[in-house]
Amino acid sequence: MESKRKKTKIIKDIKVDTKKCVGCRACEIACSAFHATPKYSSLNPARSRIMVVMDETRDIFVPIRAGEYTQAECNGRNRYVIDGKEYDECTFCPASCPSRGAFREPDSGLPLKCDMCENDPPVEVPMCVDACTFDALIYEEREEEVEEVKEKREDDMELAFKSLVKKHGLKKVKDTFARLSKG
Amino acid sequence: MRYAETGFQLEVDLSKGSIDIVETDQRETESLLGGIGINAKLLYDRVPPETDPWSPDNLLIFGNGLLNGTCVPGANRVSVDTIAPVNGLMGHSLMGGFFGPEMKLAGYDRIVIRGEAPDLVYLAIHNDKVEIRDAKHLRGRGMVDTQRLIKEELNDKGVWVAAIGPAGENKVIMASIDCGNSSAARTVGPVMGAKKLKAIAVRGTRDVYLAHPAEAWEMCSRLRKELDANPNVGDWMAVDEDDSFHHNNFSWGNARTRQKNYWSEGLEERWRNLKHDHMDRWTGCWNCPKSCHNLMQWPNRRKFSYKCYGKDTYHMAAFQELDFTYEILPIAMDLGFDSYSTPQVIAFALELLEAGILTEKDFPGMPSDVRQRFYYLLQKIAFRDGIGDVLAHGVSGAAAIIGNGAEEFDHNTVKKFEQLPVKLGKLNPAYFLMIATCEDMAITQIEGSFPQDPIKDPKLREEFIKNWISVPDKKFHEWFRQWEKRDQLPDQAMIEISDWNECMHYLDDSLGLCGFVSSFRGQFGGTTGYHVWNMPQIITHTLGIEFDKDKLWEVFQRNRTLVRALNNRLGLRRFMERPPEDHWAVRDEEYEQQLLTKYYDFKGWTFDGIPTKETLEKLDLGYVAEDLIKRDILTGDEVTALKDDKAKKEKE
Repeated sequence: MESKRKKTKIIKDIKVDTKKCVGCRACEIACSAFHATPKYSSLNPARSRIMVVMDETRDIFVPIRAGEYTQAECNGRNRYVIDGKEYDECTFCPASCPSRGAFREPDSGLPLKCDMCENDPPVEVPMCVDACTFDALIYEEREEEVEEVKEKREDDMELAFKSLVKKHGLKKVKDTFARLSKG
Repeated sequence: MRYAETGFQLEVDLSKGSIDIVETDQRETESLLGGIGINAKLLYDRVPPETDPWSPDNLLIFGNGLLNGTCVPGANRVSVDTIAPVNGLMGHSLMGGFFGPEMKLAGYDRIVIRGEAPDLVYLAIHNDKVEIRDAKHLRGRGMVDTQRLIKEELNDKGVWVAAIGPAGENKVIMASIDCGNSSAARTVGPVMGAKKLKAIAVRGTRDVYLAHPAEAWEMCSRLRKELDANPNVGDWMAVDEDDSFHHNNFSWGNARTRQKNYWSEGLEERWRNLKHDHMDRWTGCWNCPKSCHNLMQWPNRRKFSYKCYGKDTYHMAAFQELDFTYEILPIAMDLGFDSYSTPQVIAFALELLEAGILTEKDFPGMPSDVRQRFYYLLQKIAFRDGIGDVLAHGVSGAAAIIGNGAEEFDHNTVKKFEQLPVKLGKLNPAYFLMIATCEDMAITQIEGSFPQDPIKDPKLREEFIKNWISVPDKKFHEWFRQWEKRDQLPDQAMIEISDWNECMHYLDDSLGLCGFVSSFRGQFGGTTGYHVWNMPQIITHTLGIEFDKDKLWEVFQRNRTLVRALNNRLGLRRFMERPPEDHWAVRDEEYEQQLLTKYYDFKGWTFDGIPTKETLEKLDLGYVAEDLIKRDILTGDEVTALKDDKAKKEKE
C-alpha cells in the first residue's frame, strides 16, 4: 500500500504569453547551450527542450516546452480556433511522439524533456525564461499540497529503459548512453 | 575542431549539377572574418573582370557573418554578394532573420552558387543532404506561396526558404531575395533569376561550437540585456509614430519635391491608429532582443511585415498617405520587389509621361488614378510586359534605353543605383565623401557611428561625450566638442569620421551583426551595442583566436581595400564617385575634389582611387597588387593621392 500522507510540493510554472513572443528563438538557443556538455560549449535549437511553433503568415508564435515521451500517436487530433486564428494540430502539444520530429536528439532520435534547468547550484529561473527579454515566458513558483507517493524510482528507470530499447533498439540506446557518458 | 564557424562551405554549380562540401582555411577567417570579407575574396579569386554579370560564370554567394548562429545577440545577417548587373560592380546586400543561422546549423559558413540551371530549380539542404530539385511548378509564384509550397513539399516546418518572386525570375534589376521577414533587397535578386534558381531551402540540426563557453555565454547574456534596455538601438520606426523626419526632409515623387511642413499632430494620430488597427505584433530576427518588424494584416491582403523606411517609400513616391503603402506593400513584396528602388522607378516613369518623353501609347490601358497606376506598373515590370521591360533596368538603365532627354530625369542615382531621396541645401563634407565613395550603394550602408548633428547645449554635449565609449580614439570626442555647425569641421575630422563610420559597417558585415544594434545606431544617442572595444573580446571568446582593437581595425582595412580593388578591376574610377548633382543646392566642385583627394590619400589610394601597391602589400593583399599590375591597372610605382602631381595642380 502506498502511504497517503500529505506534503507540500513546489510547482514550477512557466506562464507563456503568446501575444508577446516575437519569434527570436533566444529561448531555444539558451536551452540548448545550457544542456550542452560542457555547459554553453555549443548551441543547437534542434537539441532544445523548448520550441517556438512559428508561422508568420498566420501570426502564430507559440513557445512550447518538451513534455513526456509517448510511443503512440493520438487517436484523432485537435484543431484550435482562438480569437479567429486557427492553430494546427499539435501546436500546443508538448509530447515527443512519433507524429512529428520535435523534441528528439538529432543524433540518436531519443526523446528530450524539459527539466526546468535543474542544476547544482540551482539557477534562479530556467534559461529560456532568462533569455526571453519580451516577457513572453514568465517563471512562477507556487506551493501545492499533494498526497505523498512512495518513490519507486529504480523500477521507473527500468521501465523507461525497457521502453527506449523497445522503441529504438538496444544498440542505438547503448551508443547514445556511451556518447553521453563520455561528455 | 572549428569554433563559431563550421569550417565548411557549400559549392553548387547549377550548370554541371555538382554539389561539393569544401573545407575552408581558418587562416582566411583570421584575416577576413567572414561575410563580406570572404565573399569579396571569392569574387576576386573566381570571377575575372571580363565576366558578364548575367553569365553562368558569375557567382552568387550567401556568406554568413562569422558570429551568425552563435549566442551573440543580433548576429544573424548573411551577406549576399555577386557582381551586380546594374553597374558591373560588386553587389552587396544583407539579409537578417533566420536564413544565415539555419545555414550554419546545417553545417555551412557560406553557399557559393555558380552556373545556370537548364530550367527553374531550387536547392534543398538538410545538413549533409543537398539536392537540386525541379522548380518548374513554382514559376511565377510569389514569395509567400513559394516559401509555403517548398516547406510543404519537404514536409518540414523548420525549413527556411530564401526565394525570388516573379521579378527575380524575370531578371528585374530591382528584384529582391526574401526569407520570412527578411530581404536581401539590393542588386542580388536578378542574378538568382539569371541562374534559374527559384529558392534555397535550408534546415540544420548541427551544433555550433563556442571556444570559451563560460566567457562567451556570460558576455552574450549581459549584452542581450543591455541591448534590450538600450533605447538607442533597434529601429525607432517600429515604435515611434513621429515620422516627421522622413516626411518633412526627404523628397517625394521621383526624389523631387520636399514638403517641409507636411507632418502634423493630427496626421500622426491618424497614422498611429491606421498602423495599430492593422498590426498583429512586432517580430524579430534570430537571437535579437529587438523586434523591428511590424507584422500587418490589411483588408483583402495577405499578412506581410515591413521594417524601417520601407514604411514610407511607396506613399511618398506616389504623393499618397500611409494607407497606400500598407495596401501595396504586400503585393509588391510578394512579386519580389525591393521597396527602396522600385517606387522611385515607377515615379520616374510617371514623370517621363508627364514630361512627354514617354506617351500614353507606352502605357496602354493604364488607369488615371495614381494608386492604380502603381499597381499597373508593378505588374508590367515584374513580368517585363511592354514599358515594364524597359523599366526593369532600373532608373539609370531605363533612362539610357529611352533616351530623348530621359537621362535628365535620372537625377538621384550614384553608380547607376537609386539613392535615398534626400535633397538638401548646403554641402556636408563628410556626407559628400560617404555618398561619393560608398560601394554598398547607399548612405545607410556607410553612415551611422558619428552623430549627424552637433549638440549645441554644452552641458548636454559633455553628458553625451561622457557616455560615448564607442569612439575608437579620443580625438572624436575633441572634434565633437568643437563642432558647432553641421558642415564645419576640419577636413581631417570629416575624413576620419567617414572612415570610422565605414569601419563599423565593414566589421558588422563581416561578423553578421545587424546595423540596428551596431554600425547604424551610434549616430542617434551614441550608445551602440557593439564597437571596436567589445568586438575583439567577442571574437576571441567565440572563435578562439585572440583579437584586439588594432587587429580588428586592420581586418576592416583589409576587407575595405579588397572590395575597392575588386571594383577597380571592374572599372571603378574617380570620375564615378559623385553624389547626385542636386543632392545639395549649394556645391563647391573645387573643394569637393580636393577633399576627395585627401580622403583617397588617407585610405592609401592613388589619385584615381585605386589602392597603391604599398597599401595592398601592407594589408597582406600582395596577390591583389600583383594582379592589378599584371592587368595594367597599377604600374606598382604609384604614390598616394596627395603626393600625385595632379593633386599639386589641383591645389594651384
